[in-house]
Amino acid sequence: MKFGVVVFPGSNCDRDVAYVTRDILQQPTRMVWHQDTDISDLDVIIIPGGFSYGDYLRCGAIAKFSPVMQQVIAHAKSGKLVLGICNGFQVLTEAGLLPGALTRNRDLHFICDRVPLKVEKNNLLWTQQYSKGEIITLPIAHGEGRFYASEDTLKAIEDNDQVVFRYENENKNGSLNNIAGICNSTGNVVGMMPHPERASDKMLGNTDGLKMFAGLLEKVAAIV
Amino acid sequence: MLRKYKAKIFVTLRPSVLDPAGTAVVSGLTQLGYSNVESCRIGKFIELTLTAPDDNAARQDLDKMCDSMLANPVIENYRFELIEVESQVGV
Repeated sequence: MKFGVVVFPGSNCDRDVAYVTRDILQQPTRMVWHQDTDISDLDVIIIPGGFSYGDYLRCGAIAKFSPVMQQVIAHAKSGKLVLGICNGFQVLTEAGLLPGALTRNRDLHFICDRVPLKVEKNNLLWTQQYSKGEIITLPIAHGEGRFYASEDTLKAIEDNDQVVFRYENENKNGSLNNIAGICNSTGNVVGMMPHPERASDKMLGNTDGLKMFAGLLEKVAAIV
Repeated sequence: MLRKYKAKIFVTLRPSVLDPAGTAVVSGLTQLGYSNVESCRIGKFIELTLTAPDDNAARQDLDKMCDSMLANPVIENYRFELIEVESQVGV
């Protein structure tokens, strides 16, 4: 299982992700520069958090046109695995790999906190180690994380069972339907605002996020 | 021959999208004493210079630029004004 972590100018969670896949899970991991055009050696692509291209214009708007993203889109369309975390989620919606958009938090604040989340969907390779309905705690850190989609799109997301995580108890950013993470209709592409990579090392006191990456190592070999 | 144009592009949030920054500006203006301000929506103004064979071609290019990059159709609307500048001295 080979992981690739995309690095845009302004990415800042790339090394945290690589630490989880390379050091904690002992999987081959390659940092993928935004100008790379060959990612055919990779099984899983992770687009990390940060401020790609300085968030100029809109979060993820410029990243969408980087050379590597054309490859990531092809990788996703061939059914391979893609995870976007925080800014990575914003990039995936801008690129059209996931529906909806991430807009300014309802109360304008940049929110940096640890929040409870409900696992809504555990029949994905990404989430198979969680149980359905399980409450986990993950860090969030974003100013533009309020999930928005038109009424029709939102209904389709719910009807197709594409909500992966929901904020539990309190919805700090005002996301529609308390949505914290979604997947595409085929389930190979997942985007989430919370940071599982920041809750994977025991030293940090919380390993609720590790299952997100560890789950892939179970069954995925049969699929790739 | 290519003509030179200036485009003024206005990108605004769709009416259904919450604009918390606009709401904050209303409360700021109210505190300044302008209690007559009823609402505020904040958008983007983009000005660019481009060349094209004619008006139609320039408009087509701008529509594509806006749809693919300058605006996100999921949350934003856009409109633009096109002004030919080549023949105008001093612009």
